[in-house]
Amino acid sequence: MTQSTKINTLSSTCVPLNRNNVDTDQIIPARFLKGTTKSGLGKNLFYDWRYLADGQPNPEFPLNNPRYKGSILVAAHNFGCGSSREHAPWALKDYGFSVILAISFADIFRNNALKNQLLPIPLPEAVLMNLLAAIEQDPSLTVAVDLPNQTVNIPGQPLQRFEVDPYRKTCLMEGLDDIGYTLQHMDAIQAYEAAHA
Amino acid sequence: MSSPTHSSPKTLYQKIWDNHVVHQAEGFPTILYIDRHLIHEVTSPQAFQGLKDKGLKLRKPENTFGTVDHSIPTTDRSLPIQDPEAASQISTFEQNCQHYGIQFFGVHSDKQGIIHVIGPEQGLTLPGMTIVCGDSHTSTHGAFGALAFGIGTSEIEHVFATQCLLQQPSKTMEIRVEGELSPLITAKDIILAIIAKIGVGGGTGYVLEYTGSAIRNLSMEGRMTLCNMSIEAGARAGMVAPDDITFDYLRGRPFAPKGEAFEQAVARWKQLKTDEGARYDSVVTLKAEEIEPMVTYGTNPGMAMGISQTVPTPQDFSTADEQAELVDALGYMALQSGAPIEGTPIDVVFIGSCTNSRIEDLRDAARFAKGKQVSESVRALVVPGSYPVKRQAESEGLDKIFRDAGFEWREPGCSMCIAMNGDQIQPGQACASTSNRNFKGRQGKGGRTFLVSPPMAAAAAITGKLVDIRKFNDN
Repeated sequence: MTQSTKINTLSSTCVPLNRNNVDTDQIIPARFLKGTTKSGLGKNLFYDWRYLADGQPNPEFPLNNPRYKGSILVAAHNFGCGSSREHAPWALKDYGFSVILAISFADIFRNNALKNQLLPIPLPEAVLMNLLAAIEQDPSLTVAVDLPNQTVNIPGQPLQRFEVDPYRKTCLMEGLDDIGYTLQHMDAIQAYEAAHA
Repeated sequence: MSSPTHSSPKTLYQKIWDNHVVHQAEGFPTILYIDRHLIHEVTSPQAFQGLKDKGLKLRKPENTFGTVDHSIPTTDRSLPIQDPEAASQISTFEQNCQHYGIQFFGVHSDKQGIIHVIGPEQGLTLPGMTIVCGDSHTSTHGAFGALAFGIGTSEIEHVFATQCLLQQPSKTMEIRVEGELSPLITAKDIILAIIAKIGVGGGTGYVLEYTGSAIRNLSMEGRMTLCNMSIEAGARAGMVAPDDITFDYLRGRPFAPKGEAFEQAVARWKQLKTDEGARYDSVVTLKAEEIEPMVTYGTNPGMAMGISQTVPTPQDFSTADEQAELVDALGYMALQSGAPIEGTPIDVVFIGSCTNSRIEDLRDAARFAKGKQVSESVRALVVPGSYPVKRQAESEGLDKIFRDAGFEWREPGCSMCIAMNGDQIQPGQACASTSNRNFKGRQGKGGRTFLVSPPMAAAAAITGKLVDIRKFNDN
């Protein structure tokens, strides 16, 4: 199996993005999809929200607010809806995010994120909204994510447990990839093909 | 052989799932076989590169078909592509396909078009298949009773290397639309009404099955429009059980089985329906008669309304979040709460996209354009979904109707739906579009998208504003 980076535990301050239905056209506009590699997309992350028409950084946008920094992005409902473009998690990773905390995630985005060591963790609405308020009050607030124990430790709130599929968890912790797993079952694949020829 | 994931009685989705299980082990995702892998130039390059980097073979080039659609210009194909990045992406794609022996309909092919238009028209899409593509509107192919969904680039690489995908089963949702559609109401209006009802996250975790008399009465192209936008409700996939309408559409298509093999296939395909007594995890119903011509007013496909209604007010929503989102969306779209949406001025009209660019869509639009003139203040373009569609339209004289009226008649591609190829709207412009997404800036930074059906788009081009086509004289 090929090795990629592993995720284990992470402690970081957070960048708040208190918006629902953040779609993949906002995460990475289509005009940035014309490349043939996965790298270098971080500079175009949330481009049309980050920059004004004249190319200057938009001071209203949280990523441009020097109060907020960190490798954890905190959003709201249905993060990542829209297109299947894996450029969305690539851009988020390249920018520096390793974890996204949200109330819910769109399906395709969630799958794509997990394949790129970008951890999408759903939290109950009340917990998430309290966290957003707390970050705004005190941006030095540090959240600890523990993948082996499947917990998120938010100061001032009860310890949160999150679900993650055991196979996916192993892949993330050991830097394994899906192709390796599937190729181990080549016999079954060939048997299927023979039976359906 | 693996034992089935689901027990009888089964829904259509569960049947197709069980028919494709290669391997299942406790604590691991299911290995599901993929019958058809469709690819295009934007999401494939990194997947091909991944194969090369890992020293892996592309296992089944014969199950893989490609086209160029997203970044290709819709202008004269004999001219070189101006955008160097698009040109490079397209040539990379064609080289990759040639290298791996993948059949593709490229820049100079007379069958080139939008992947979700050409798959069905070539008979590549068949009932009961698992079909994937690096594009979320792959749900379109579910119209044939296939399990079809969008995947990311890592999954494309996985399918290249194994012809399988790792998947978890979805929940099932029945969306039943009974009754008769009123005249001029199309499949586009049905799906916009459905998404308005269940919301852009309402289908998350589900595969949708569309049932009911209004669905049964749709043509294959109508069913494709419907299934196409299943993703906009957050669903993994959407499907319609195949029937005689499906089989008649497929008979004789280039990649469909032929002769006796076709009739045998039909006998198998007739089994592809939800069993009597099967349970869906969720059921939603709509009455066809209640559906009017729809238009989106906001910045996601769920923010849609009937053309005769007034724009929502914050009081129409119960949470502070929803109210704030409405205010933000209406600010962007330059609309007034409580005002009629009819009469909203339109600057650009786009008739095209994998949602609505097939021959019936063009006929529906042409009916409203015939003998009329595009309003002076409007730029209108028609982008047929593929070269076969374009040729069919030309043989029926539709191109002449459009050009005489002042519409631009373009070459096939995704064009202004995703605005990657130079076809885009300017900041502030309002576009009546037959595409599938009205996210902020989707069709051009600062552009305002109003999603509508083809006849609604044509009428907007003629009048220069959003109108109720039921009142519009279409001769």
